[in-house]
Amino acid sequence: MDQLITYSLHLADTTLILAQRNAEWCAHGPILEQDIAITNITLDLIGQSRNFYQYAATLINQSAEAVAEPATEDSLAYLRTEREYKNLLITELPNGDWANTILRQFFFSVFQFGLLEQLQKGSDAQLAAIAEKSIKETTYHVKWSSEWVIRLGDGTEESHQRMINAIHNLWTYTGEFFIPAVYEKDVLPHVDFDALKSAWLEKITEIFTEATLSVPPASFMQTGGKTGHHTEHLGFILTDLQHLQKTYPGAEW
Amino acid sequence: MELIDLEKKFQEKIDKEIKIEPLDWMPEAYRKTNVRQISQHAHSEIVGMLPEGNWISRAPSLKRKAILIAKVQDEAGHGLYLYSAAETLGTSREQMIDDLHSGKAKYSSIFNYPTLTWADMGAVGWLVDGAAILNQVMLCRTSYGPYARAMVRICKEESFHQRQGFESLIVLSKGTAEQKAMCQDAINRWWWPSLMMFGPKDSESTNSDQSMKWKIKRKTNDELRQNFVDMIAEQVKLLGMTLPDPDLKWNEATKHYDFGEINWEEFWNVVKGNGPCNRQRLEARNKAHKEGDWVRAAALAHAEKRKNKLAKQDLAVA
Amino acid sequence: MNIQIRKFYYGDIPEENTGGSTIPQQDSGAQNAWPLWEVFIRSKQGLDHKHAGSLHAADAQMAIENARDVYTRRQEGVSLWVVESTHIHASNPDDADSLYEPAADKIYRHPTFYDLPDEVKHM
Repeated sequence: MDQLITYSLHLADTTLILAQRNAEWCAHGPILEQDIAITNITLDLIGQSRNFYQYAATLINQSAEAVAEPATEDSLAYLRTEREYKNLLITELPNGDWANTILRQFFFSVFQFGLLEQLQKGSDAQLAAIAEKSIKETTYHVKWSSEWVIRLGDGTEESHQRMINAIHNLWTYTGEFFIPAVYEKDVLPHVDFDALKSAWLEKITEIFTEATLSVPPASFMQTGGKTGHHTEHLGFILTDLQHLQKTYPGAEW
Repeated sequence: MELIDLEKKFQEKIDKEIKIEPLDWMPEAYRKTNVRQISQHAHSEIVGMLPEGNWISRAPSLKRKAILIAKVQDEAGHGLYLYSAAETLGTSREQMIDDLHSGKAKYSSIFNYPTLTWADMGAVGWLVDGAAILNQVMLCRTSYGPYARAMVRICKEESFHQRQGFESLIVLSKGTAEQKAMCQDAINRWWWPSLMMFGPKDSESTNSDQSMKWKIKRKTNDELRQNFVDMIAEQVKLLGMTLPDPDLKWNEATKHYDFGEINWEEFWNVVKGNGPCNRQRLEARNKAHKEGDWVRAAALAHAEKRKNKLAKQDLAVA
Repeated sequence: MNIQIRKFYYGDIPEENTGGSTIPQQDSGAQNAWPLWEVFIRSKQGLDHKHAGSLHAADAQMAIENARDVYTRRQEGVSLWVVESTHIHASNPDDADSLYEPAADKIYRHPTFYDLPDEVKHM
């Protein structure tokens, strides 16, 4: 049960932090149409994270012996600390430019699509149900971000160079997708992470080829997010995110 | 046809409530007035995203965060619909945006005020959107077809904006002492600027009003402002809050609320660029547009490449 | 003395009142503006596509996706068409009289032109 709670929180934190980052584009996008497009993705991710938090809260409230304050989606999102957050590192990195943002979305969405497919087949009915709803959204995120990778990779000289820089920035954070934490192995005994990784790499290669970009060779990969060892960025994200709840403890909004 | 006859025919159409469409003949001044008004309206939506966008990262619950993002996103959509309507008159969006960024074009001054606390999100929704909606409902019947249609779409979407603002203030008004104070403070700061949104008093105008004659506008500033005061003076009671105007009181004779004098010096100062946030707002818009330039260029370059590739394939097949 | 002040409204502020700021004009980037597209939406199966508005996009594919993101946020549609605006050809409004008025007196084209006994229902 504890493992399932932790895993749900990992999924919730990951989607929330990515949403929080993408939301920084709202009102600052490169053109109105794309401002609206990335904000749609942000809203999808917040929706997904709320579903995972609500599930985690239900599990916590069932398992705990008479806690005074039952857990809610907001208590989980707003009152946990940096070390308790279990999001993937890649989600907390600064947005950088549009190339960096859409490439991160592409890496993440392709991974998430494969993962959600597995969750649908998993033994936990609630996770399967959330996955079934989410995968329709993620299908679109993959399509949208793939097209941007191709467009920028095979666009102008400048956009191509910016994509190369983005790959350089982000690649080392993609390994974490496929290195399962203890709680993941426990909740997802049926998932072959190596197979997930091959499928991911295949899709990345396909799109990169069309985008005239090269896939970097296997190299050292950063990890830690899944167990609460984060980059220095997360603290600032949470300071922002949790500002009101921390300043006015116990208030309803 | 002589110009004078064209103008006469045009006015007859307006008088008969026949909408003017993009390809129809229209006086140059009608075209110019519409471009100016629609683009200013569009700019107001886009610049208006900034003060609210300011609180997205700090929204106090996941629900509020989603609502706020959806609202700011709607404003982007509304700006887009309006730019499109103005484009039917022959001015490109790029041109309008350039005019905004250079400081030549105007937008609603209200967005040059800062959003200082979370309660401002509620106050902006309730007061600022409330004032805008009165104007927008009227504009659904404006004489230029594309503008009217854009406004119909906008009004449909906008109806949730004011409601969510008021609802979030209700929550604050029932909350802790700090939240109540935050709520009252936000109302105090946003009340007068909201009244200013309707523009100068009718009595300051001595010329015949072409916009009314052309049915671009159908109500005067003071009419709309009075509607707004009457509406808000009642709603504020439901919050258990007050409006910062000692002269505000019900007038049994006029069946309207009387209210105090607006600080027009402040109004003109903000219009002229001396509001608390004029500079930051334009800088933010300029920055986003400038940093988006290489993105837009790359997308165009790629589209061109793809088109050429397809053309070559067609040739090969032929 | 009559002071002439041009009246204006919310969303219609005269340009001469310098607003905003004095940020020097930068390169407009107009050469990178995306073309304009018209968007048509089928609101549900069985209905025609109807003009919904327009938007900018670099190519047709992106125009469809932008239309999805911009014009169907509230489940307004189940199918989209996009057409680059320059490809739309319109009839000339000056010809309206000669094009459409000749149909006005052909009332025999309408079913209500024909009087039938009440006994004939639903024809």
